[in-house]
Order: sequence, then structure tokens, then C-alpha cells
Amino acid sequence: MIGDVLVQGVEMLLVLLVAPLMTGLVRSVKARLLRRQGPSPLQPYRDLWRLLRKEVVLAESASWLFRVAPYVVFTAIWVGASLIPTFATGLLFNWSADMIAIVALLGTARFFLALAGLDVGTSFGGIGSSREMMIASVAEPAMLMAVFTLSLLAGSTALSSVAHFMLTAHVGLRISLGLVAVALLIVSIAENARIPVDNPATHLELTMVHEAMVLEYSGRHLAMIEAAAFLKLVLYASLLACIFLPWGLAAAGDGPFAYLIGIGTYLLKLVLAAILLAVFETSIAKMRVFRVPQFLGAALMLGLLGTLLLFVSRSL
Amino acid sequence: MALDLIIGGIFALFTGALVAIPACRHSLGRPVVYGLTAAACGVILTAAVLGPGAGLGPGAAMERTLPLGIPWVGAHLRLDALAAFFLVVINLCGAAASLYAIGYGRHETLPGRVLPFFPVFLAAMNLVVLADDAFVFLFAWELMSLSSWALVMVHHREEETGQAGYVYLVMAGFGTLCLLLAFGLLAGSDGGYVFDAIRAETLAGWERSLVLVLVLLGAGSKAGIVPLHVWLPLAHPAAPSHVSALMSGVMTKVAVYGLIRIVFDLAGPPASWWSVVILVIGGVTAVLGVLYALMQHDLKRLLAYHTVENIGIIYIGLGLALAFQANDMPAGAALALTAALFHVLNHSLFKSLLFFGTGAVLTATGERDMEHLGGLIHRMPVTASTFLVGCAAISALPPLNGFASEWLTFQAILISPNLPHWGLKFLVPAVGAALALAAALAAACFVKAFGITFLGRPRSPAAAMADEVDGFSLGTMIALALLCVLAGVLPGLVVDGLSGVAVELTGSRLPAQASLPWLSLIPISPARSSYNGLILLVFITFTSTIIATVVKRFASSALRRSAAWDCGFPDQSPATQYTAQSFAQPIRRVFGRAVFGAAETVEMPEPGSLAPARLHMRLRDRIWEYLFLPVAAAVEAAAGRANAIQFLTVRSYLTLVFAVVVLLLSGLALWR
Repeated sequence: MIGDVLVQGVEMLLVLLVAPLMTGLVRSVKARLLRRQGPSPLQPYRDLWRLLRKEVVLAESASWLFRVAPYVVFTAIWVGASLIPTFATGLLFNWSADMIAIVALLGTARFFLALAGLDVGTSFGGIGSSREMMIASVAEPAMLMAVFTLSLLAGSTALSSVAHFMLTAHVGLRISLGLVAVALLIVSIAENARIPVDNPATHLELTMVHEAMVLEYSGRHLAMIEAAAFLKLVLYASLLACIFLPWGLAAAGDGPFAYLIGIGTYLLKLVLAAILLAVFETSIAKMRVFRVPQFLGAALMLGLLGTLLLFVSRSL
Repeated sequence: MALDLIIGGIFALFTGALVAIPACRHSLGRPVVYGLTAAACGVILTAAVLGPGAGLGPGAAMERTLPLGIPWVGAHLRLDALAAFFLVVINLCGAAASLYAIGYGRHETLPGRVLPFFPVFLAAMNLVVLADDAFVFLFAWELMSLSSWALVMVHHREEETGQAGYVYLVMAGFGTLCLLLAFGLLAGSDGGYVFDAIRAETLAGWERSLVLVLVLLGAGSKAGIVPLHVWLPLAHPAAPSHVSALMSGVMTKVAVYGLIRIVFDLAGPPASWWSVVILVIGGVTAVLGVLYALMQHDLKRLLAYHTVENIGIIYIGLGLALAFQANDMPAGAALALTAALFHVLNHSLFKSLLFFGTGAVLTATGERDMEHLGGLIHRMPVTASTFLVGCAAISALPPLNGFASEWLTFQAILISPNLPHWGLKFLVPAVGAALALAAALAAACFVKAFGITFLGRPRSPAAAMADEVDGFSLGTMIALALLCVLAGVLPGLVVDGLSGVAVELTGSRLPAQASLPWLSLIPISPARSSYNGLILLVFITFTSTIIATVVKRFASSALRRSAAWDCGFPDQSPATQYTAQSFAQPIRRVFGRAVFGAAETVEMPEPGSLAPARLHMRLRDRIWEYLFLPVAAAVEAAAGRANAIQFLTVRSYLTLVFAVVVLLLSGLALWR
């Protein structure tokens, strides 16, 4: 029991600690690809620390919700991330929420962030919130359809079981898995506000979504929002890694050595994901905001197609 | 014993209506009448929950025959697990609405038009659920329609109310007619209208199918399925808010009860295509309902359209249950039915809460148009907090109750590949996608509803001067918000409570949940899926406490108030904020053209011209245009033609009578 709690605690701390590093890595790889020097991958840690030490400048019309929302958003995403088997399956609380619940937890975070965008009563906050909800209204069903396909394949909505199923030999190459992989990648890009859906590096552009929503935040509140965004990237990377690259995952009670191997492979997977994301982002242009629903609609259709195929035959 | 108490409670409600007629002129009349209804609902609620033998547990049904109604037939009443569950839903919200109205009703300008009908409305809904023969059922159903119509017409001098009442009356009459015909078919040639006789009757396949169609028209129009929903967003907002809550939260559920009672209990074994019809209706209703809701800026109308969406979700659960039942998979049927009934309870809780919140806003500002509200979270903190809980619950966010029931529905969808029927194999994934889409759009809709109404800066002087409402209203809203949280973190207890209904209707039930470790919810097996709202809540509370402590310890606690940043160009006018219309604009652009034929035209004046620029936006309600208007036009044309018969000479009338007699006689002769 104590050991289980300890492993779960290590898992929570691990995702929290590597989250800024992953974003930093993406940024520095992108800079290198663009032939820039770029900041050190450790820069996000310094940024967070700097923000935490600064004073908060709060708009006069801000309510308590505006001050509470960063903590709610951060907590929901952190809890979601700690429910994903990152380096080991069957952790203490893995079973308390399945994939559907994790999708819904991310929905909770988005709900409060969008409300915070509306709270001050500025036009930028409103535009961000309304666009975020428009993107989510297609991205969330797409993600759920992908979850459906996976759970139909594995016969379970629990992520640990899905990972175990993917490790078995008889999975093979399946059409439905391919469709789901593409759908999940599209959703991950959109949900993390990456190019081509949104540009995480811009301010003051009419196409911006996430940055417009959090425009009024400063100081420790902004630090929480930024940390939540870092965590979200790690969450999606861990989710994809757990489903499509489950190798190296330790099972519950395997002992410290297996856990160490699990942590090592997990970090390697994150590095791989960061490099791939950076390469993808530098090789593609940002799309217009009203092209995004079509882009995400494709993900929804792919997820639906995957589910349909599995309803027709379990072997597809 | 339990049934006698419940009958006593219903009589008390009718007495309350009689008391209300003289009492409504007195200032103490309101608290007395609402106190009485609250007490009566409390008694019925207790009897339904704790009643020995019946209650929510599986057990023998209790029956009574009262010497009322048709001579020598009497009124048959019966309390079984299904009826007991719906009694709980009705009276929980009924008691809440009564308590809320003690405070809210103070602002009613015409109490004499509300007080006598409110107890009758509650009593009628209770009676529908208890009815054990077709006479009592239809009488109570019609009484429910008429009393609620009277409540809709309270402010009859307002223009919209007149139209709402008219459409409602027409649709209610049409629905009852369909149910009347359905019961006529169900009773068979012997005319046994007691439900036991109907259960014993075996009908031909086509007769049972016709019954399903009639029930879908009759009970479905009352529940608000698309395309029969048109009366609902007109009538629900027109009534006083506590009545709106009952109509949206409870009366639509009584309509769902009607469908369950007839289709699952009275009509005999389902044919395999029944579920297809109900699933299609459910999916379409869920998505269209929420899209309509997103386009509204009247808060009450938005909530009414959202009821349409939730009825769709409930119908999806019921359709799945029928599909499993038709294919002899009782465990799946029990899961889907439990999910649907759980959502019935949840929706009645959060929809009542949201309507109460809207009533509070209406009391405080006199506005229900969101474009004139804003910033109420500063002036009405308690209302805002409880409304936020309701919004989060209806948007299916964990760990609240809306998520628990939608999660169960998703689990039911995920076991349906085992269904042998090919049509269902293609339909169920599409319905699953519709459900997912509806859930995501609902979140967008309630970000809009809460964000525009309570956040931002006040858009009118009334919103800027709003004050928190009275203690009764606040207390009721807090209690309902707590119930939403409670049902969300302890879903296992609700599921156990529903096991009696599942056994009664499907012959199977979900595994007992209360004895599971950590009070988690495991509908099929632990390896397949599990959810634990309680752990999630504890986990979230625990981590947020840690975060708050760490931030407090290490971060700067300096805070300065200043003008909003807004990229350096903050505008003082509250008109520059996002409005409800502009918030919905991206979604309108994505879905609106296909669904509403949405069209925007921009009128831009020449450079140098002083004329204002204009944006014209047009939405079309195609169901109203292509279904209801042609029918109404046809009826009106036929009535116009028939009008000529009123102005004939005596000779012509005699000829007409003679011709009809000859026609009838020859028809009779030929038929023989």
C-alpha cells in the first residue's frame, strides 16, 4: 500500500518535473531547425520561476472565478496526467478514471479556462474563449471516437488494459489502429494549440486562440496556466506513447529495476515526441481559423470510421 | 402502507389547490400553499424511498382500487419499482420548487393565477405515474397538460405568452389523442383497460408497431423529441420560473415514464426495428437540441432547448436498452436502462437548479436576455456559484453527476458490437458520435450561458444594480447543487437504487455497487471499465491543496488591481465585450449553414459616407417552416372551406342530411 502510494507520487512528480523540459526541448529543436541559436531547453523552468516571483496585476472587473481558474485548470490537467500509465501500468489510481474520464477531465480544464477568458469582459478574451469552444466542439468528439475504437479493440476503456493489449503479439497491423493514430495526432495538435491550428509563439494576432484567452493573466496565475499548458503537452505525448509505443512499461509490483527501465524508456519516448513535433511544426504553415473545423472534422470522421469498422468486424 | 401514504399525499395536494383559491388573496396564502405542497411532496418522497416492500428495492408491487372515476370500474393505482423511481424524481423537484417558490413567488404579480394550479400540476404528475388503468392514466395526463397550460398562461397579456399557450394546447391535445388511440389498440377487442388485462393481451405484430408509433407521437411530443419539440421552447420560458423548472425537469420525465411504461411493460416483446427508430430520434434530438440552444440568447429558452437535448440522451439510452432486449441480452439492457434512468434523475436535478438560478436572475434584474446581463457574479455570488455547479453538471464534467450517467451510456454503446442486427451495427457508432458531439457542444453552450450572464461587465443598469435573492431561493439552489455533487461522487448508490427497476423491466441488473471497495462504479467487470467520482474529487481536492500551499509558500503574494490590459487598448464601454451572439458565431459558421440555413450579409457604406455599417444575420427554423407551417396552413384552408357549411338554407341542410344517410346506409349494405 505504502509502496503503491509512493510509486503514484513519483509518477505525479515525474510528469510535473519533465513538463517544462519537454516544451523547452520542442522550442530549442525548432530554433535549431530554423538556424537560430534559441534558448536553452531549461528556459521554461526559469520562466515559471520568474512569473512566480512577480506581482499579479488583476483587472478591476475580474471576479473570484478568474483567480481560482488557473488552479482548477492546472489541477484537472495534472490529475489527468497522473492517471495515465507513463512508466508503469496499474498504478494506485489508474482504475479510478478510464480514457473517457480523462477526456472529460481535460474538458473540465477547458471549461474553466474559457470561462476565465470571458471573466474580465474584454474582446480578446471573448474571441479566444469562443474559438476554443468551437475547436473543442469538434476535437472532443473526435477524441472520444478514437477512444471508442481503442476500447472496442482492447475490450476495455481502462488505459492500462489497452496498453497490455497493445503489447500482446496478436495485435498486428490493423486499419482501425492506423485511423485512430492519425485522428489522435490531429486532436493532440489542436488541443495543445500547436501549428497549424494555433501558434503558441504569437501574441496580438487575430488568429490566436489559446493566447487570447489567457491574455489578462499575470504573475503566479500566468505561471499556473503556463505550467498547465506544459503538462497538457506531456499528457498527450504520454497518452500516445502509452497506446502506440507501450514497450518498456513496467507492470504494477515489478520492482524498482523495472520501474527504472520504465522511466528511462518513458523519457526517451518524450524526447522522440518533442523532436517529431518540432519537425512537424517547422514544416507546415498555420491555417486559417475556419479551416480548423474541417481539419478536425477529418479526425472525427477517421475515429467514426475506425469504430464502424470494428462494429462490422473485430479483425479490422 | 407506502401506497396509502402516497395517495394521502396526492389528496393533500388537491386539497392545497382548494385552499389556494381563497388563500391567494391573503399575504400568508403563498407560504401556506407552498409549504403544504412541499410537505406533501416530502411525504410522498419518503414513502417512495422507504416504503416497505415497494420503494426502490425489488419487491412485490402494491395495488389499490379506489371507488372513484367510472362507476363499477374504479380507479386502479399501483406502486412498483419503476413508479417509485419516478415518484422520487417528481417529488424531489416538486418539494424543491415549492420551497423555492416561497421566496420567489413574492414577486408574482398575479398569485391567484399560480397558486391554485401549482398543486394540481404536482398531483397530476404523481397520478400519471401511479395509474394502473388507461382511464386514470389519460385523465391524469390531460390534467397535467391543462394545469401546466394554465400556469404557462399566467402572464397572458404578454404577446409571446398567447402564442406559446396556443401552440402548447394544440400539441398537448394532439399528444393525448395519440395516447388515447394507443391505449385503444392495446386494450384489444375485449376492451380491458386495466394494465393487467393489457399485459395479458397478445397483439398482432402490426398492432404493436402502430402502438409504438402512436406512443412516440403522444409521449414523445410531451417529452420534446425533434421534430415535435416546437412547443417546448415557447411554453417552458413563458411560465413562472419554478413552474418552468417543473415543466422542464419533471414533466418531460413523466413523458419518458409514459414511453417506458408502454413500450417496456405493456406492449409486449419489442420488435428489432423499434430500437432503430428510438435511437435515430435520440441522436437527432440530442444534436439538434443543443445546436438550437447555442443559437439562443434568452436564458430560459436556451435552457428549454437544452431539455430537448437531454431528452435525446435519455432516448439513446432507452433505444439501446430496447435493442439489447430484442436481441436477448438482458445484462446490456439493464446497463442501458440504468444509464437512461440515471440521466432522468440527473437532468431533473440540474435543470431545476438552472431554472431556479434563471428565476433568481430574473428577480434581481428583470431580464432574461443575456445580451442585457453580465457581471452578476460580483452582485449575486451564491446564485452564481450554484449556477456554475449546474452548468458544469449539465456539461458532463467530472466529478459531477451529468458525467456519471453519460459515462454509463458510453459503456452501453461500447458493448453493443455484440448485437447481431446489421442496421444497429452501423447505427450505434453514429449515435455514439452524436452523443459525443452533443456533450461537447453542451459544454460550449454553458460556457456561453454562464460566461455571458454572470461574468464580464454589466451590459445594462439593471445588471449593474442587481442584488442577491432571498434565503428560501438560495437555500433550495444550494441543496440542489449539493445533490448534483453527491450523485456525481456516489453514482454507485444511485445505480443500486435503480436495480429494482432494471430487474422489473429487463430481468437483469448491474452488479451491486455499494459493497465495492472505495465506492467505485463498475458496470460490467473491473478489467473492462471503472470510474470513481469520489476518488477523483478527493484527488482533485488533495492536489489543489498542495498546489495552493506551494504557491503560497514560494510565490510572490503581491497583487495589484488595475485596468484590464486587453493588448493595450482597453475600451471602457461594456458594449465592446463579447455577446451571446458573437460567442456562438464560430459554431454557427461551422454547423449553422447546414442546420439552420444561416446566412450573414454585411452592409458596408461607401468610404466617406456617414451611414452605419450593418450585419444582417438570418437563421431559419426548417422544422417549423417545412413541417408545422404547411400543416397549419392545410388545417386553416380546410376550416375555411368547411366554414361555408354554416351558412346554407334549410333546404340545403335537409338535402345534405338525406345524402349522408343514403351514403351511410349504402356503405353499411356493401360492407355486410
